[in-house]
Amino acid sequence: MEISSMVALVLMVSFTVRWAVSLNSYSGAGKPPMYGDYEAQRHWQEITFNLPIDEWYFNTSNNDLEYWGLDYPPFTAYHSLLCAYVAELIDPEWIALFTSQGYESDKHKLFMRSTVVVADITVYVPAILYYVHLCEGPWATKVSFLLCALLYPGLILIDHGHFQYNCISLGLILWGVLGLLNDRVFLGSVAFCMALNYKQMELYHAPPFFCYLLGSCLRNLKNGGLKQLLKITLVVLISFACCWLPFLTSFQQCLQVIRRIFPVDRGLFEDKVGNVWCSLSVILKVKEILSQQTQIWLSFAATLLTILPTCVKLTIDPTIKGFKFSLINCSLAFFLFSFQVHEKSILLAAIPVLLILHELPFMATWFLLVSTFSMLPLLLKDGLLLPYICTSLAFLLVTTYLLSAFVKVSVEDLQLQRWSTYIPQLPRVAKSAFRVSVIAMATLSLISVALNPPSRLPHLFSVLVSLFSCIHFLMFLMYFNILHLWEPVVQRQLWKVK
Amino acid sequence: MKRPQGGDWIIHLFFAWLEYYLSYYAQFFDKEMLVVQNLNYTSDATVLFQRLSVIVTDMVFIIGVVACCQNIKRTKESKEILEKPDFILAVLLLCNFGILIVDHIHFQYNGFLFGMLFLSIVKMFKGRPVDSALIFTILMNFKHIFIYVAPAYGIYLLRSYCIAENKPDGSVQWRSFNFLRFNVLAFIVCAVFAVSFGPFIVMGQLSQVLARLFPFQRGLSHAYWAPNFWAQYNGADKVLSIIGVKLQLLAPANISNASMTGGLVQKYRHAVLPSVSPLATLVCTLLSITPALCNIWLKPRGPRGFLQCLILCALGSFMFGWHVHEKAILISILPLSLFAVENRNDAGTYLILATTGHLSLFPLIFTVPELPIKLCLMLFFTVYSFSALHALFRNEGTLLNWSECIYLSGLIPLEVICEIIYPHTRWHERFPFVPLMFLSVYCSLGITYAWIKLYISVLREPTLVKKLKVI
Repeated sequence: MEISSMVALVLMVSFTVRWAVSLNSYSGAGKPPMYGDYEAQRHWQEITFNLPIDEWYFNTSNNDLEYWGLDYPPFTAYHSLLCAYVAELIDPEWIALFTSQGYESDKHKLFMRSTVVVADITVYVPAILYYVHLCEGPWATKVSFLLCALLYPGLILIDHGHFQYNCISLGLILWGVLGLLNDRVFLGSVAFCMALNYKQMELYHAPPFFCYLLGSCLRNLKNGGLKQLLKITLVVLISFACCWLPFLTSFQQCLQVIRRIFPVDRGLFEDKVGNVWCSLSVILKVKEILSQQTQIWLSFAATLLTILPTCVKLTIDPTIKGFKFSLINCSLAFFLFSFQVHEKSILLAAIPVLLILHELPFMATWFLLVSTFSMLPLLLKDGLLLPYICTSLAFLLVTTYLLSAFVKVSVEDLQLQRWSTYIPQLPRVAKSAFRVSVIAMATLSLISVALNPPSRLPHLFSVLVSLFSCIHFLMFLMYFNILHLWEPVVQRQLWKVK
Repeated sequence: MKRPQGGDWIIHLFFAWLEYYLSYYAQFFDKEMLVVQNLNYTSDATVLFQRLSVIVTDMVFIIGVVACCQNIKRTKESKEILEKPDFILAVLLLCNFGILIVDHIHFQYNGFLFGMLFLSIVKMFKGRPVDSALIFTILMNFKHIFIYVAPAYGIYLLRSYCIAENKPDGSVQWRSFNFLRFNVLAFIVCAVFAVSFGPFIVMGQLSQVLARLFPFQRGLSHAYWAPNFWAQYNGADKVLSIIGVKLQLLAPANISNASMTGGLVQKYRHAVLPSVSPLATLVCTLLSITPALCNIWLKPRGPRGFLQCLILCALGSFMFGWHVHEKAILISILPLSLFAVENRNDAGTYLILATTGHLSLFPLIFTVPELPIKLCLMLFFTVYSFSALHALFRNEGTLLNWSECIYLSGLIPLEVICEIIYPHTRWHERFPFVPLMFLSVYCSLGITYAWIKLYISVLREPTLVKKLKVI
């Protein structure tokens, strides 16, 4: 069979899965007064369409910031405005100021779901497609890789189920990575800036980008590395300026936007999330013991310490492989130790892991399954149990059969040749641990659905899920850091003299 | 779950027992669904249970498909799994667009029934005609639509099983008529029907059961015309009546107001062409399948000939039957898949039949949220069937000629106009069923063409005089 037919089939399957998931419920469906993320996105369309740009981020009589005020950077606002223009053509009632609050209808749901699908098809899917195209290997492996990557349950469930537009920011990050892969440094930087200006959480990916570019420039100091660095800086500044142009009119505007997108007064964590602070608070009530300031400094210090090794290694040895590992390490470190982390932020670590799915199928599959599982309480709240079960099982099946995830567990496959003497029988241990982990995830999922928690511990199951996830993420953090830090340093020029 | 307009559902006999059995499990999901007065009751638990029951009964379908794949001719050995005939057959059957749409979205239990049909066919190929007959009789008591293919079973078993030997030139040797074998078959058929109808005969409800099974008051065509000969007949009648009214040859008052395309299930009188009665359709059907039956009687070719006859009977009954549902096309498409992976000509015929047959199923799924899914699944299946079969017969030339390709390409604009453009035009309010009519007539052309092509290729096949080997 021809490659083009296979690719077309894979794309159709992934589109069908996405649309099938989108037929399910969304965040906050039928739950007044606040509803959920779906209503937040609709509200932003309402705000951006009806109000002048200088009122978008301010608390005014027309714009109550308590009710889903804009808390993403300007690109999200522009995207909401674009969607609002389309919404206005179909039914102005959807975005009418004040009267459209809490608007829910089948037609509106169809429209909103379509906007996510369009965003996915235009930004994220082409990036994955191009990335797989650039990978090396027989075409059968590449098509399998494409299918597995596009069937990653976490992103599908959050974007097309819960309702968000992570595909845009994550897609743009992928374009950034692709830019760097192809030595198109300026395009890569612009893509990264756009991603950052869409969702401020993309700062998790900023250190690797910065260190890689810095490292490449430093390595080529004799060949105009410094000039390159300055050019990149200029490109970044111009991109930011273009994006923030309407808000650069006054200092107040800039400050307000920054205040909205970095809400430092919201606390170390909200809800149950699989990071260290939430897990720690099971034994030690961190939020109560330490003051707000101390919490901020503690999380800052912990995050910095954790990302330092990988960033330093990347600056010294800027390779693409190291860059991918660094993306994983930094985003995972931020997830585990940073401030005000939401469970959905695990996607920022999951997407870089997708990039190495074909190189390390076993560990990557395991991580991706755990990342989906870590969002279980959120998915249950949204009524997405059935899509969660189906997509997770499908993902496990395709990775096991097509990428031989459960077979490639040898020491060489895990790239742990140096450490094989310390851990005897590594493949067997790894396989057993994986089996136990999957069984535990299935059991916890079943318990969370079938049983009621004891009245004294109403959040027992979500806490168990987040503890379980946290332990796994710490293990993966260690693993990917080891892989990156012990990668042999390659002395070579990164780009030719022009 | 979609309900037919008209309200009442036909109940099939063994199906009644299956539903009874399922109801024991249903009570654990939602007791309310079992209350008789709760017509049109729906809840999430109900839907979940119903959908799971289809998936569980699909195990029979999977078993049937596995049996088929193990029994097909392996003339083409390929190292690549994607190009192995049994793999291609498995995908064509398990991912069949028709089954997915009708069973898992529209909601029926066809997978389970087709599994039984495949098992019956495989038993015939393995030289176990009694088992095959038993499974088929049980199948007919589950859904009597399979009566379409009963003549193929009857004639083949009579010719190739009851008549144990042939004369050297291949014709019938009446002296070798084996009464024991005939009696065994007759006993099986009667016993199964007795078990199925027995309780209702004892309760004196047989006439009611038959009236429910064969609702002849429902009209020549379903609310949406199945793409058969009568669709073309109805279409021609409509065109002629419009021309007649325009040329003032007919009075508009004479044209029946209740349009057949009005979405209602009722009897209809044609305006220009003669009206069609159930007896007329029966005669047409019998006439259409007679050449195929004569063919396996006069030139027996073993189980392969039987399967060809089965497909032709299914197609003939589809073309000329009374009140045929468009879903009935699946009875022809699925068995034809077995031939499609064996030889080039049948692969070409299959592509035409499957693509047009599947497109004609589109009106079953009519809500806008389901539109992308049905388009994607259709594209998936069509792209797969075309590319896999082309790859399989790569060395033997193309599967379709230019005119066939042009016809099939015409399906795309037709679907776009009918489903996407027409609903937004001003005619949609006044004539909502016009796109369905066009879709039905256009697809019926392709199905008729495939039927005739298959007929010609079957009638032209030489007799297999030597001993039939197990495939």
